[in-house]
Amino acid sequence: MAQETATQEQVQEKKVKPLVPFLRIPDGWPDEPAYVFASRCKACGALFLGERYACGRCGSVEQFDEVRVSDEGEIYVFTVIHQSFPGIETPYVAAIIDFPEGVSVRANVYGLDPNHPDRSWFGKKVRMRVEKIRVDREGNDVVAPKYYVVE
Amino acid sequence: MRDVAVVGVSMVKFGRYNDKDVVRLASEAAVEAMRDAGIDIKDVQVLVSGNLYQANGMVGQRIVKEIGATGMPVINVANACATGSTAFREAYLAVASGAYDIALAVGSEQMGKMGLLGGGGGGDPAYNPEGIMGTNLMPGVFAMTGVEHMRKYGTTIEQFAKVAVKNHKHSTLNPYAQYQIETPLEMVLNARMIAWPNTLYMCCPTGDGAAAAVIMSAEKARQYTSKPIWVAASVLTSDPWTERNPTMWDVNTLTKMAAKQAYEQAGIGPEDLSMVELHDCFATAELVHYENLMLCGEGEAGEFIDKGMPYHPNMGGKIPVNVSGGLLSKGHPLGATGVANIVEIVWHLREQAGDRQVPGAKVGLAHVIGLGSACTIHILKR
Repeated sequence: MAQETATQEQVQEKKVKPLVPFLRIPDGWPDEPAYVFASRCKACGALFLGERYACGRCGSVEQFDEVRVSDEGEIYVFTVIHQSFPGIETPYVAAIIDFPEGVSVRANVYGLDPNHPDRSWFGKKVRMRVEKIRVDREGNDVVAPKYYVVE
Repeated sequence: MRDVAVVGVSMVKFGRYNDKDVVRLASEAAVEAMRDAGIDIKDVQVLVSGNLYQANGMVGQRIVKEIGATGMPVINVANACATGSTAFREAYLAVASGAYDIALAVGSEQMGKMGLLGGGGGGDPAYNPEGIMGTNLMPGVFAMTGVEHMRKYGTTIEQFAKVAVKNHKHSTLNPYAQYQIETPLEMVLNARMIAWPNTLYMCCPTGDGAAAAVIMSAEKARQYTSKPIWVAASVLTSDPWTERNPTMWDVNTLTKMAAKQAYEQAGIGPEDLSMVELHDCFATAELVHYENLMLCGEGEAGEFIDKGMPYHPNMGGKIPVNVSGGLLSKGHPLGATGVANIVEIVWHLREQAGDRQVPGAKVGLAHVIGLGSACTIHILKR
């Protein structure tokens, strides 16, 4: 009985944590979808990923509306990284992805051949899937938004 | 602000110095710059030291302890890749403001072989976003700057590669360049890819080095030299809010702002420049700065390099850019870089640049970007 309780506690302690602070993961995830969120300045309308204390455009303080960012966006620009930190698999397609709300995310794009970068990648549609990518030192699942080309 | 002149300059050739520490490199540059100016350490009223990797290491005071601890005020500056040029600017301001008559700016760095990938830092590696959330590595960041230009204006990989061809060709005339290797177009294009479209030869090497400049009020300068080099403009900007920044670093807007301010301060236009040393940390970066510094019109940078405009005049160029070989060849020890490109311009304006001398150079512009971001522009004239 005591052992069973301990196991339950361990399960409860194990958390799901976002790789980036602008990914909101509801308690019901993965049944309930996780999403990228942004803060829109009530004074000037500037949009920032994640939470903000003040507006980096107009200086307004603590005046923000939360905006849910679409799962679908399009590639603005990209590069292909062939040399990275040790342990990171290369090559990978790294991009700036624009979203219709007026905010951009820096992320890898999956589903493109990194050995043949091409101008046709500009404007290509991508869709987010939130996936577990790693386990951290404390045993928590680390989840990240990953962007796949929409065929 | 009163008139200020550069009276002494020096540079320790960039490279690998396993047998010397950063204070030794900086001290050598400082002593040579003072010798060039005809002063000694007792004449220096304020020292500004630029060093990035040892930003908390009181490098300036350690230099002074090596070359003469007179008790003068010492300021340590860190501003990413613009560290050295910001140190120069602080020294300039110290004299221009009237507070001091003689200042010494020293930029130094010892990077070893870690390269521009930078350190991983502490923390749980499970939260390292690199390779999932795109890239924040310098080769990738500056690649995307070029790719944006590609998207807007149809710029080609060959056009970016031609920047590297040019700067490596220039380097063959500069004994101070870390690498003096000519790299024809095919060689650049076929080199190992680092961050598309930048191949190995389109990325600057890292290394160790130092550079120094002695700055004086006009009155003092005339006592020490018959050839003062005047600081016609000294500008520092940070990146203002733009739509995608900092998700996508914007090195254009703050450079355009700085260029406008610098031309106004100097009372000249880009057509008056004899030469430009600009921040070519990657070939893609140099190309966009042709436009940012108004050396050509918006969207015309590809054509500008195709026509050979930024080559040395002896190689057919009209507005020589990075006749030193640029960061791509000369090297980029972060804290030293910004002082070193001012040193290069001073040498040309004094007709002391040897084989690479820009004939009749009268006005030069030095531009540096530190990602994060900081942009400095200095315009010097004889």
